[in-house]
Amino acid sequence: MIEIKDLKASVEEKDILKGLNLNIGPGEVHAIMGPNGAGKSTLGNVLAGREGYEVTGGSATLNGKDILDLDPEERAREGLFLAFQYPVEIPGVSNLEFLKASVDAVREQQGKPALDSVQFLKLAREKCKAVNLDQSFLKRGVNEGFSGGEKKRNELMQMMLLEPSLCILDETDSGLDIDALQVVAEGVNAMRDANRSFIVVTHYQRLLDYIVPDYVHVLANGRIVKSGGKELALELEEKGYGWLENGNDNGAE
Amino acid sequence: MATNAEIESQIKAREYKAGFVTNIESETLPPGLDEDVVRFISAKKGEPEWLTEWRLKAYREWLTMTEPDWAHIGYPKIDYQDISYYSAPKSMDDKPKSLDEVDPELLAVYDKLGIPLHEQMALAGVAVDAVFDSVSVATTFRDKLEEAGVIFMPISEAVHEYPELIKKYMGSVVPQRDNYFAALNSAVFSDGSFVYIPKGVRCPMELSTYFRINEAMTGQFERTLIVADEGSYVSYLEGCTAPMRDENQLHAAVVELVALDGAEIKYSTVQNWYPGDENGKGGIYNFVTKRAVAHTNAKVSWTQVETGSAVTWKYPSCVLKGDNSIGEFYSVALTNNYQQADTGTKMIHMGKNTKSTIISKGISAGKSQNAYRGLVRMGPMAEGARNFTQCDSLLLGDKCGAHTFPYIESKHPSAVVEHEATTSTVSDDQLFLCQQRGIDTEKAVSMIVNGFCKEVFKELPMEFAVEAGKLLEISLEGSVG
Ligand SMILES: Nc1ncnc2c1ncn2[C@@H]1O[C@H](COP(=O)(O)OP(=O)(O)O)[C@@H](O)[C@H]1O
Ligand SMILES: [Mg+2]
Repeated sequence: MIEIKDLKASVEEKDILKGLNLNIGPGEVHAIMGPNGAGKSTLGNVLAGREGYEVTGGSATLNGKDILDLDPEERAREGLFLAFQYPVEIPGVSNLEFLKASVDAVREQQGKPALDSVQFLKLAREKCKAVNLDQSFLKRGVNEGFSGGEKKRNELMQMMLLEPSLCILDETDSGLDIDALQVVAEGVNAMRDANRSFIVVTHYQRLLDYIVPDYVHVLANGRIVKSGGKELALELEEKGYGWLENGNDNGAE
Repeated sequence: MATNAEIESQIKAREYKAGFVTNIESETLPPGLDEDVVRFISAKKGEPEWLTEWRLKAYREWLTMTEPDWAHIGYPKIDYQDISYYSAPKSMDDKPKSLDEVDPELLAVYDKLGIPLHEQMALAGVAVDAVFDSVSVATTFRDKLEEAGVIFMPISEAVHEYPELIKKYMGSVVPQRDNYFAALNSAVFSDGSFVYIPKGVRCPMELSTYFRINEAMTGQFERTLIVADEGSYVSYLEGCTAPMRDENQLHAAVVELVALDGAEIKYSTVQNWYPGDENGKGGIYNFVTKRAVAHTNAKVSWTQVETGSAVTWKYPSCVLKGDNSIGEFYSVALTNNYQQADTGTKMIHMGKNTKSTIISKGISAGKSQNAYRGLVRMGPMAEGARNFTQCDSLLLGDKCGAHTFPYIESKHPSAVVEHEATTSTVSDDQLFLCQQRGIDTEKAVSMIVNGFCKEVFKELPMEFAVEAGKLLEISLEGSVG
């Protein structure tokens, strides 16, 4: 699904990713954990093509296609989805209008016919329900005045509408109470599919109780320093990251 | 990868779709202005003596006045002797009596602009008066309007057919010596529309005038007069375009609205004069005086979408003369490249319990300057008067400017004036969120800008709200699609 080879990237001339390897097959869920400032968000941003994140080496291919030269919107249309750690507000642009523009753009790329307004509204209402958001959120400005949990659920709704092939969730659990966390986890689990992969960035084992990963990786100092099964998360919870930070830097296979 | 920096370069190259020139044989007066020119224009239109004198009086006043310099705009000195004050398509010499007699080439111009004048093709429910340079070339749906008693015709014809109405109302809202540009217009005004809605009549369709400058080196000086008699209602829309030319052209219009007791006038403008190129070369200098008088219980609402012109100087105003009268001003002004706009309104509260609302949305991009200038005056009799002003600026890029100049004068202790202002930008985070959801930067910016303008667009007649949205999109669009 996605193949990341020796990826190096810098922000403001500071090297953040220092040769990261990660290989994710279709249908797999990979959790990425690691200390603050390790480069976890940077990885998501680099893959999504955010301005200011400069790739200085390596490659990343999504479904066999090199994505690092594509514009961010092209990567999105290729099926890459990044759920933001801090979703930004866009006042004045209604959530519905935003979602429609988004779905239109992605469907066009996939050669699917555009949905008319009625069809789209029906679909959007369905997804609203699925993430436990009131219909009134469709009319409000994008994330405008939403609580932290509502923003995250709004992100999840977008993910459901776009049906991406690679979903990157960046600390989607932070700031969520247990009920909201369960809603998000259920949403993700419902979307697990043989043709869809997930990168779940989290600090807490707690989320992984609900979204059970196939693999767990530790990202420290710009590299994957340890990989393992879901038990690794428990070990990390117990021991912290200290014992790994200076460790070997074998990438995940 | 697109960023704020890149939007800037994208929006630099805007595409002006109305920029074509039409080769139509015209009769154009050589540049220059003196009393003979004023007399020539008046004679050309076969005007009665009183109107010739009225023009001459204005001309003489103008000679004693000086060009205002208080606005937040800068432009090279205008040489008024370098402008031609009259230009008309030759084919209009013998007034065509119906659309069938109008030069097909002229009609084609309007087709190309998306304003078909043939009634069977015209926008349903919209009557159009098309003004080409100095003359009106066609007015559609006149018969249908006459049935309702509505008069909608070129002002040059109304002078002959309804001299009493013209005499009574022309200059009653904007006197000849009101300001420098109004005086100039009063002396040399070319054509424009006249509307009269009889007592108690609700005008059965939208009225619209479409102004087109075609000839080079000419100024356009149209004059519009709308009188809504007691208890009547009319919605009127004005649109404007001009070819792309390297030199600047002057447009100095006057619009007067009279809303008699209990009448309502809704006046909407979509102004898309040629704005000049990305280096600030060429474009229209737009110096316009628009004012309304609202009598008892009357309501006047100005809605404007200003995207064109190199320089805009324009303050559609309401004199709330009668008790309980209402004035509204909804404005979107978008400037890009080197455009400059100084626009706003004046709400003059004279009567008791008068109300006014001002919603101004300024969008600045490129190296443009965009100023809101508004006066709210509560007169000594304006007991219980209220005003609410909201003034929002959106900056695209960091080389443009947004300015707000609110003036508040209150001479009545019970009058309430509220003013709110905000300034915002489109952040890189917002753009990235859009892009990450598959939406390209251009579409994202246009969505954000449209969202910013929503409150104003909803005041436009339906058909035009959509047009206005598209116009903003085009105005911000890069040349590569
Ligand atoms: N936009 C940015 N500007 C400057 N520094 C950044 C930016 N994004 C990330 N960094 C730096 O990169 C490093 C990794 O950050 P990040 O990827 O956010 O870590 P994590 O998500 O693992 O906590 C940190 O030192 C952080 O300060
Ligand atoms: Mg992070």
